[in-house]
Amino acid sequence: MLNIEKTKDNGNMKISLEGRLDTMTSTQLEIEVQSSLDGVDNLTFDLAKLDYISSAGLRVLLSAQKIMNKQGKMVVTNAAEEIKEIFEVTGFSDILTIQ
Amino acid sequence: MIINEKDNMLTVEATVEKLPNVMKFIDSKLEEISCAQKSQNQIRTAVEELFVNIAHYAYPGEIGLAEVRFKFIEKERAVEISFADKGIPYDPLKKTDPDISLSADERAIGGLGIYMAKKLMDDFRYEYKDSQNINTIYKRI
Repeated sequence: MLNIEKTKDNGNMKISLEGRLDTMTSTQLEIEVQSSLDGVDNLTFDLAKLDYISSAGLRVLLSAQKIMNKQGKMVVTNAAEEIKEIFEVTGFSDILTIQ
Repeated sequence: MIINEKDNMLTVEATVEKLPNVMKFIDSKLEEISCAQKSQNQIRTAVEELFVNIAHYAYPGEIGLAEVRFKFIEKERAVEISFADKGIPYDPLKKTDPDISLSADERAIGGLGIYMAKKLMDDFRYEYKDSQNINTIYKRI
């Protein structure tokens, strides 16, 4: 189960995730992300309520980062310890801006 | 459908749609042994990555079976989970690890799953035996 909440204010967009970002739910997020980044130059992922991420979820974050590298910036906020551990192990802590 | 579920073994079709069944099976086993939350999450991650890998690659163009076995080794306080399939022989440990020092633009999308499983577990073994791929993960809890 994954809940996605998007708020947009001009070029600023915040995507809040709740639940699990895994093989079963990552496509849902991928569609949301790809359909809504036009004109966004400041993207924030709020992971406060995200319990779990697998490599399928990492792939979506990486593709969002690649898009934002071309058109603005992206930050990831409020990740729990367990999510941060996954970022560390995979080197994502170096390629994402984690706050 | 679930083909067979015995105490410590689950046989399912090796498809991504069966991932929730596999996770439910693993969760119930981990709960029985009061596994710490952190280890439980790490084990879940490794199980997802391995099962999805089998679902994607073991049986190209057809649906085959995967057998998941759970073992708690009490004297080592460790969990051993093995995945057997009769698909095409494939040793995931022969795959080169992704270069995790590359920038976002240089990094390929994908190739991370098995690497994560290796990093999060204490051991990861592969053998090809009796026409089966057998992937085994081991984690002290």
